[in-house]
Amino acid sequence: MTDTLTPVLTAHWDEPDSFRLAGYERTGGYQGLRKALAMPPDDVIAAVKNSVLRGRGGAGFPTGVKWSFIPQGDGKPHYLTVNADESEPGTCKDVPLMMATPHTLIEGAIITCYAIRAGHAFIYIRGEVLHVVRRLQLAVAEAYEAGYLGKNILGSGFDLDIVVHAGAGAYICGEETALLTSLEGYRGLPRNRPPFPAVEGLYASPTVINNVESISSVPSIMSDGWDWFAELGTEKSKGFGIFSLSGHVTHPGQYEAPLGITLRELLDLAGGIRAGHRLKFWTPGGSSTPLLTDAHLDVPLDFESVAAAGSMLGTRALQIFDETTCVVRATLRWTEFYQHESCGKCTPCREGAYWLVRAIERIEQGKGTDEDLETILDVGDNIIGRAFCALGDAVPVPFSSAVKYFRDEIIQHQKEGGCPFDPAATTLWADR
Amino acid sequence: MPFSDEALARLRADAADIIGRYPRARSALLPLLHLVQSEEGYVSDDGMAFCAEVLGITKTEVKGVSTFYTMYKDRPAGEYQLGVCTNTLCAIMGGDEIYAALAEHLGADPHGDAHHDVVSPDGKVGLERVECNAACDYAPVVMVNWEFFDNMTPDSARQLVDDLRAGSDVRPTRGPDRLCTWKQASRILAGFGDGQAAEGPSAGPASLVGLELAKEHGWTAPEPAGGTK
Repeated sequence: MTDTLTPVLTAHWDEPDSFRLAGYERTGGYQGLRKALAMPPDDVIAAVKNSVLRGRGGAGFPTGVKWSFIPQGDGKPHYLTVNADESEPGTCKDVPLMMATPHTLIEGAIITCYAIRAGHAFIYIRGEVLHVVRRLQLAVAEAYEAGYLGKNILGSGFDLDIVVHAGAGAYICGEETALLTSLEGYRGLPRNRPPFPAVEGLYASPTVINNVESISSVPSIMSDGWDWFAELGTEKSKGFGIFSLSGHVTHPGQYEAPLGITLRELLDLAGGIRAGHRLKFWTPGGSSTPLLTDAHLDVPLDFESVAAAGSMLGTRALQIFDETTCVVRATLRWTEFYQHESCGKCTPCREGAYWLVRAIERIEQGKGTDEDLETILDVGDNIIGRAFCALGDAVPVPFSSAVKYFRDEIIQHQKEGGCPFDPAATTLWADR
Repeated sequence: MPFSDEALARLRADAADIIGRYPRARSALLPLLHLVQSEEGYVSDDGMAFCAEVLGITKTEVKGVSTFYTMYKDRPAGEYQLGVCTNTLCAIMGGDEIYAALAEHLGADPHGDAHHDVVSPDGKVGLERVECNAACDYAPVVMVNWEFFDNMTPDSARQLVDDLRAGSDVRPTRGPDRLCTWKQASRILAGFGDGQAAEGPSAGPASLVGLELAKEHGWTAPEPAGGTK
């Protein structure tokens, strides 16, 4: 029987020097790299494939399979870009990871580059987290100093350079092809696929793009074995992950557990919904994943079960809202976010987000009509599948899922000529 | 105002360092924009012209990029630039009230929907709304020069502004021992560290709740088959 919580990535975050090389090495750091360098690169790819580690950035694509798409012996340079642009509303796991144990990410990146035969890696971190940028810069410098980066790493003959690249404020750059365009020095616009980045990525060369938590899971897979990793989790969603609870819970924060834990279990650990209140709705994995309600407390939080419940596991960003929260206010704000962050490249997303915001605003102000609600759903249906990238597909998600579960509450705004909720009741200090 | 010869020489040396990190020079544009912002507090026409010159591209191409990203300012930002998160989770936890309180405190429209517009007359404090800053477990969150100020209230936020304007010591919740200026922050983002990386905690309290609970209960990940690591 596996324990309820299984700290691996988070296991040493409470040590004062966890972000220094010495602290990391003291707790077993860089042992996975030593093992990997003693293996043929293809065996490293096979081990990660066998672990069934699936991308932790939201999409859940198997990491080892992604690596195996990189053509070998093609004579082109290969690249790794780490997606550290954590910006999906509600998602707050990669930032504390990089602040507390940046070397886990560096070690994972070195192993990945060795496996895919890349000589250059970029950590594309959002610029808005200054101290995390500092910590990564320090960790990279320490790794060079210790011979984990640079020429002939640990005498293996393998050379690697890692660059910490700070973004400049654009949610779209978390989309992998937009990230590449941005890293090449342009506006962060997504690209058509195919060709996929594994074939034509950065500078039209084969490129792997992985999330911070995915890459950071690699050192433990190497040091403790793929079978150890695959023992945890559920049938098709293996391993552990960081679950981030925020909002109206007694103890918001980071809980690392095997995939498949439920919100009911997590809420028990987090001291429940804040005192005197009850769960109303929640996101399983950020604002782009359809809302769920108290009917879904026992859904195992793995890729398959959350999909079967009509949502997505996403980034395990569990934003919890109690009964004081107006679902129109919440979902309007997310829709405004997508409007602000739409890159403007394609019409369905750029125009669709703009008009959805206008219509949802009318509803919030109690000026909506029956027709508005139908128009919103219709516009949403016309964005999904017609937008250039996943940002567009996410635009209608929050409000459409609110209509699914809270249609009466939405209509109540119209009947009462305004919002029936008191915004002051939702705040952190409301019950103090 | 055009850069002085001294500033130009300095910026050219830094730019060469930045460009040298990348297989292709154009990749250096984002850090170069952070660099020119560190000189003037915003991306000016001269800053754009400098980036264009060192990369051998047009100023229009540079402007096309700098206007796409919200962290590049087209007018001087505050010496301390406050970003109140008003994305859904923080807004509901009190971010809307915090933004309104600060806007009022700074004599601006509390309901204005400007994303990056308000700077106090003394140039000390700028105010903007920001999108989710990946600190939701510390909501409501205020950023100052991109450092974390966690679990804020309207009162603590007003106090923060007063302290910044008075020049008092201000310490981020999870960050270095002292707050750097907007220009200094931009320089770090361009890739030039300030030696403060080792200051501050490894993690804040909310980051540790799961780990502490696991320790309390003796919960761990299973031992690997070969015994202990």
